Amino acid sequence: MDILFNYLQYPFVRYALIVGVLIALCAALLGVPLVLKRFSFIGDGLSHVAFGAMCIATVLRMTNNMILVLPITVLSAVLILRTGTNTKIKGDAVIAMISVAALAFGYLIMNLSNTPNVSGDVCTTLFGSTSILTLTLGEVWMCIILSLLVLVLFVLNYNRIFAVTFDENFARAVGTDTEKYNLLISVITAVIIVLAMNLVGSLLISALIIFPAISAMRLYHNYKQVTIAAAVLSVAAAFAGMIVSILAGTPVGSTIVAADVLVFAVCWIIGARNGR
Amino acid sequence: MALLEVNDLSLGYDGKAIVEHLNFKVNAGSYLCIVGENGSGKTTLMKTLLHLQKPLSGTINYGDGLKPDEIGYLPQQTEVQRDFPASVYEIVISGCQSRLGRRAFYGKEEKALAADAMRRMAIEDLKDRCYRDLSGGQQQRVLLARALCAARKIILLDEPVSGLDPKVTAELYKLIEDLNREGVTIMMVSHDISTALRNATHILHIGSSVFFGTRQEYLSSKIGRMFLEQEGGEH
Ligand SMILES: Nc1ncnc2c1ncn2[C@@H]1O[C@H](COP(=O)(O)OP(=O)(O)O)[C@@H](O)[C@H]1O
Ligand SMILES: [Mg+2]
Repeated sequence: MDILFNYLQYPFVRYALIVGVLIALCAALLGVPLVLKRFSFIGDGLSHVAFGAMCIATVLRMTNNMILVLPITVLSAVLILRTGTNTKIKGDAVIAMISVAALAFGYLIMNLSNTPNVSGDVCTTLFGSTSILTLTLGEVWMCIILSLLVLVLFVLNYNRIFAVTFDENFARAVGTDTEKYNLLISVITAVIIVLAMNLVGSLLISALIIFPAISAMRLYHNYKQVTIAAAVLSVAAAFAGMIVSILAGTPVGSTIVAADVLVFAVCWIIGARNGR
Repeated sequence: MALLEVNDLSLGYDGKAIVEHLNFKVNAGSYLCIVGENGSGKTTLMKTLLHLQKPLSGTINYGDGLKPDEIGYLPQQTEVQRDFPASVYEIVISGCQSRLGRRAFYGKEEKALAADAMRRMAIEDLKDRCYRDLSGGQQQRVLLARALCAARKIILLDEPVSGLDPKVTAELYKLIEDLNREGVTIMMVSHDISTALRNATHILHIGSSVFFGTRQEYLSSKIGRMFLEQEGGEH
């Protein structure tokens, strides 16, 4: 406990906790419609695109890499949505192609440029390692503002996101602009993924989006409860994961994801006992 | 003026027509039943009328200032919805989505409307139940209640009774009939030709040949008699 309070005196630790909790919250909220719409693969594809963009930013030695990574990822989200709903091209194949291409070229660019510590940088980008503790004040504010924006957008569009997720055809038939809301969902997803890169790295982001939603669905059976439960479980897992990682010196990202997996296992058992 | 008027409509997918040169009119308060063999394009017609897909040619005119947000729709059941975590109430009130306008949340009016729709469909006691735990008949009532929330003037039903047992089927038809009596215009796709002929005011038959007319006209038409015999033999 003393050690923990000691750590909490450092502003960078407090920043990390605030940012981590906000990101976990946003990821879980969006995770519910993404999982239900069978869109979770989009999150996976986008996280790899974000990795590629991050590599470019690193090679260019940009001080604030979000300025490059955010627009590229958002743009890819829009493109993926367009092709994903096109029946002529296999949407999932396109996403798989984009995502592995981004991974390969990202790593290639990193190696070709003479950055001093390639494997370290790549590892950080993929797994997040310690970068959450090295956030600058500017990055912290950017994270806070973007996550609050995501939260507000989500709450204001909650009923429409439900409508479009539950039955897109019905929504369109009664005059809802479903394309607009699908676009909103994918742009928000892109923003969350870019934010979450700092926390867990690009390989583990999907876990942050998928696990809380699936866990909550084991426990509750209406949409509102599932959404709230996913948010609570995700925040709890992220918080616990960060504390453990600070105390035990384990990598932040994988500790948080491990906590999410643990939560899922518990929810799965509870769900099984309730006869599901 | 007719609520809906279709002129020389052709529909299909990727430029290939399934049904061509459709002409029919739906007047306010009428009960149109759409019949035809499996795969003849009944669902496709519904989707085209709802602007879920583009017609290949021809026009669809909504008269009397009918707007998309005055139409209720009960889609043909899809498997995707079945594992969705949503309560009956959440689904029913989502029928009010077009009334939100610029607002973010449902107000008193929408809540009252949803409560009324659930009362009419006799599913008030299922309000907080999970949709996927309900029986097929109960699920159809929920979707019908949702359609009611959306429908101010006309309601389109795509095979509302498929997969239901005879008792539930009869109940559901009764509910639809009551709605029609209350002044809601009905357009229903149905397999079940005998009921269609009992309740409907007009029949649209699509398939290799097309027929549109009143129930009486259909009964005395060649295509109607043929279809009746064929279907009658199956049951
Ligand atoms: N999305 C689609 N793309 C291409 N063809 C389709 C599609 N949906 C249905 N069809 C075809 O259109 C025809 C009519 O289908 P449908 O309207 O569902 O018939 P019904 O509802 O009368 O049984 C069928 O031959 C079906 O195979
Ligand atoms: Mg059909």
